[in-house]
Amino acid sequence: MSATVAPRQAFRRAAYRFTRSWLSVLGLVMVAGLLLLAVAGPWLAPFPDHVAGSVNTAARFRPPSLAHPFGTNEVGQDVLSLVMAGARVSIVAGLAVVMLGTLVGTVIGAIAGYAGGWVDEVLMRLADLKLTIPGLMLAMAVAAALGAGMANMVFAIALSWWPGYARLVRAEVMARKEEMFVTAARAIGASGARILFRHILPNVATPVIVKMSLDMGFAILTVASLGFIGIGVRPPTPEWGAMLSVARGYMPDFWWMALAPGMAIFVAVFGFNLLGDGLRDLFDPKARR
Amino acid sequence: MLKIEGLTKTFIRGGLFRRTPPVTALRDVSLSVAKGESFGLVGESGSGKSTLARCILRLDRPTSGRILFEGEDMARLTPAAMRHLRARIQVVWQDPYASLNPRMSVHDIVTEPLVVHRASIGLDSRGRTERAARILAQVGLGPQHLHRYPHEFSGGQRQRIGIARALVTEPSLLLLDEPTSALDVSVQAQVLNLLVDLQARLGLTYFFISHDLSVIRYICDRVALLHRGVIVEQGPTAAIFDAPQHAITRTLLAAMPEVVVPG
Repeated sequence: MSATVAPRQAFRRAAYRFTRSWLSVLGLVMVAGLLLLAVAGPWLAPFPDHVAGSVNTAARFRPPSLAHPFGTNEVGQDVLSLVMAGARVSIVAGLAVVMLGTLVGTVIGAIAGYAGGWVDEVLMRLADLKLTIPGLMLAMAVAAALGAGMANMVFAIALSWWPGYARLVRAEVMARKEEMFVTAARAIGASGARILFRHILPNVATPVIVKMSLDMGFAILTVASLGFIGIGVRPPTPEWGAMLSVARGYMPDFWWMALAPGMAIFVAVFGFNLLGDGLRDLFDPKARR
Repeated sequence: MLKIEGLTKTFIRGGLFRRTPPVTALRDVSLSVAKGESFGLVGESGSGKSTLARCILRLDRPTSGRILFEGEDMARLTPAAMRHLRARIQVVWQDPYASLNPRMSVHDIVTEPLVVHRASIGLDSRGRTERAARILAQVGLGPQHLHRYPHEFSGGQRQRIGIARALVTEPSLLLLDEPTSALDVSVQAQVLNLLVDLQARLGLTYFFISHDLSVIRYICDRVALLHRGVIVEQGPTAAIFDAPQHAITRTLLAAMPEVVVPG
């Protein structure tokens, strides 16, 4: 009955408003394409054996052609195939970083904002401390200490990622805490945990989701940066940053080696930013009825 | 039923280095509310009405004085007993827009007190939904509204949801903190009539806070007038409206267009 009608109606209304902005739709299409590549990239690639690591030295440094739209690299692998397969590492690592950062940041921010007092003070000074260390430096240090690799890289970036979420969530929780419906819940006799999880956090979710989407682009960029400086995923797993790094040595003669991974990073960052902007407009309280 | 003795509430402001003088919001307030009556608390903004409400609900702790509910000093109750008692003192808030969580459906809003007090009320999920539907019918809404969200309702309907939430635990005392002042005049009358009707049907005791004298006169049996944290006059509504003793009461009544002030 009405239980299912109301949310569906709300969704339809939101979808309508979202599609009013073609930039948001473009962002959504780009992100959807990237997600598809992340799931099926290695199978969609025209030269799956190149993705697996096989080389074809007879066809090194081929310029873009019909068979190789983005040329071939220094060992004769199809650049397009590598870029398509590389989406998986970038998207998965980016998602993992943002999710881990959100999880840790939300927990710390919610506790700080709700408890207040010295708990807030301690947790926030900890977050400030993290913010004073440049993320990339911290990631390099962690990689140096724990060794390169996907999991270490994600951990290293997430370590510098959570304070942003902690601050956002803390500020939102502090604002929501003063809302009348929270006072009402308190008068009913609801417990602190109930107030936090039922009344405050659901009302904090939207800015966090928007920030996650906006952050995805930057997380992907950071993953590529780490790949570029050689810490991160180990070869032969294709990764955009590492591909750029290799291509740098063959510039400018074999420019196509850099073009495709560079464009891929651009499209990923741009797509997630457009989507995030669209979501922000959608969730803007002024637009809600 | 509710007895307040010598209640004083002082707010200490200022930080570690700067002391601003403490503000006394309530000074030696004493009053008692009998079972089944409507007790009105009148006062201008800033007179301490809301602070008194917050003290009764134990959202603020009184600086001194006692609040007794059915003979029990609320300050001496254990936290568990206090939680238990909250089911019996419920409140309808002034602002029907801000006091309902926009992320919760009407069903979740109205059944929440039952969930919080499920240990003492003992209703399962189905029982809670049935109770919510019954209460909604009593306040003039229907079961078709259960799965809607607050933003889909008008101000008057939202206040009915607020009243339903307050009544769902079958409380004995209902605190009404200016329940109609945020509503349109035409809707005010509907909500007031609903409140009068509910009181007659359910035998509720009302503690009605308002700055609107015509509303107080319509609803209340007895009235107390709060001015700058002090109760300046207290008595049966008719007596106070017909023969006000205090200068401030007279000034207030004179400002009321419909009332002819004798003398």
